[in-house]
Amino acid sequence: MRQVAGRAGVRAVNEGMDASPPNPLPVQPGPTTSPTSSPPPPSLWKLFTTYATISLMGFGGVLAWSRRMMVEQRRWMTAEQFNEAYALCAFLPGPNIVNFSIIFGSRMRGPLGGIIALIGLIGTPMVLVTILGALYAHYGDLPALRRALTGVAAAAAGLMMATVAKMAWPLFRNRAVVGPLIAIATFAAIGILRWPLPLVLAVILPLSMGYAWVRQ
Amino acid sequence: MKGDGSVLLTLAGYFAVMSLFAIGGANSAIPEMHRTVVDLQHWMTDRQFADMFALAQVTPGPNVIIVTLIGYHVAGIAGALVTTLAMCGPTCLFAYFVGGAMERHRGRSWQVALSAGLVPVTLGLIAASATVVATTADYNWVAAAVTLVTAVICFRVQMNPLWVFAAAAVLGLIGVV
Repeated sequence: MRQVAGRAGVRAVNEGMDASPPNPLPVQPGPTTSPTSSPPPPSLWKLFTTYATISLMGFGGVLAWSRRMMVEQRRWMTAEQFNEAYALCAFLPGPNIVNFSIIFGSRMRGPLGGIIALIGLIGTPMVLVTILGALYAHYGDLPALRRALTGVAAAAAGLMMATVAKMAWPLFRNRAVVGPLIAIATFAAIGILRWPLPLVLAVILPLSMGYAWVRQ
Repeated sequence: MKGDGSVLLTLAGYFAVMSLFAIGGANSAIPEMHRTVVDLQHWMTDRQFADMFALAQVTPGPNVIIVTLIGYHVAGIAGALVTTLAMCGPTCLFAYFVGGAMERHRGRSWQVALSAGLVPVTLGLIAASATVVATTADYNWVAAAVTLVTAVICFRVQMNPLWVFAAAAVLGLIGVV
């Protein structure tokens, strides 16, 4: 599920998720440093298999695997291009990685490329999770499965907390006051007071963006 | 009510709207999903919701597939397809067009303010999701300890979280949790 991470844009992607120094651009000469020598756009089939692979390896989060594949293995994007594209997806509604697959796929191969990448990303997990769901519906009351799931549910909550901590790290580290306050206020309104999301967003988003605008 | 057309429509409507709130990842929408599915519609219990979150976590792939599970639980295979499409379709179209537009306006001050303003809000949302999930999952102190230990391990150590999940499953299986 880690997946979910890396929200704080470029810095979180660099420091939070990978625990590596900022801008870990490969230093070796070659494809990643020179746009002109970047590989040709992948074929539709390659796009599909790559996203299916990312998806199948992505236990507890697809973001880390996406970066590894796109930047380090296939070298379809530089580290900077990846961070930029991911920051954009983070700021769009909808699941980040799903948005990423659409934007990346369509940049490579047009609208069809976007659709193919998306199918690669969510097709297999959809089948798997439906099978799991069917098993759950049949055996959900089976004491053993229920006990195992109890443990996993507790661990899953812990993984999510770790991801939040990683992502929050850059925001809280550079002595900013307003950003952390906005994050904490959002957390309190939704997580503790359980106010409806649309209401909270309608108030806090304009405040946060207004502050970002003024600060520039 | 499996396959009932009106249920499918209700699912489609709810999840299409919910996808718009999933800023910063599908898990940002977890509190709203919980509110809708458990508190409002009574489609499932608190416990079942926590189980589905766990099932979605142990399945490889993006976390958004928790909506596939919810759809399946409510209305079978048709429900699974409808919720997943509703959750991904509209935002994908949006991402496609905005992605193109953003390329053209890169670096403008409104674009920078927009993305910078979203960062702290999204962090708060994800922290809230973690809390909602933890309060449904941690019903005793052992479970809370598993959550804490997992959080520390995943924050400090570079390892596949699946190993921690496996250990937690075993702890649950032998009745410790």
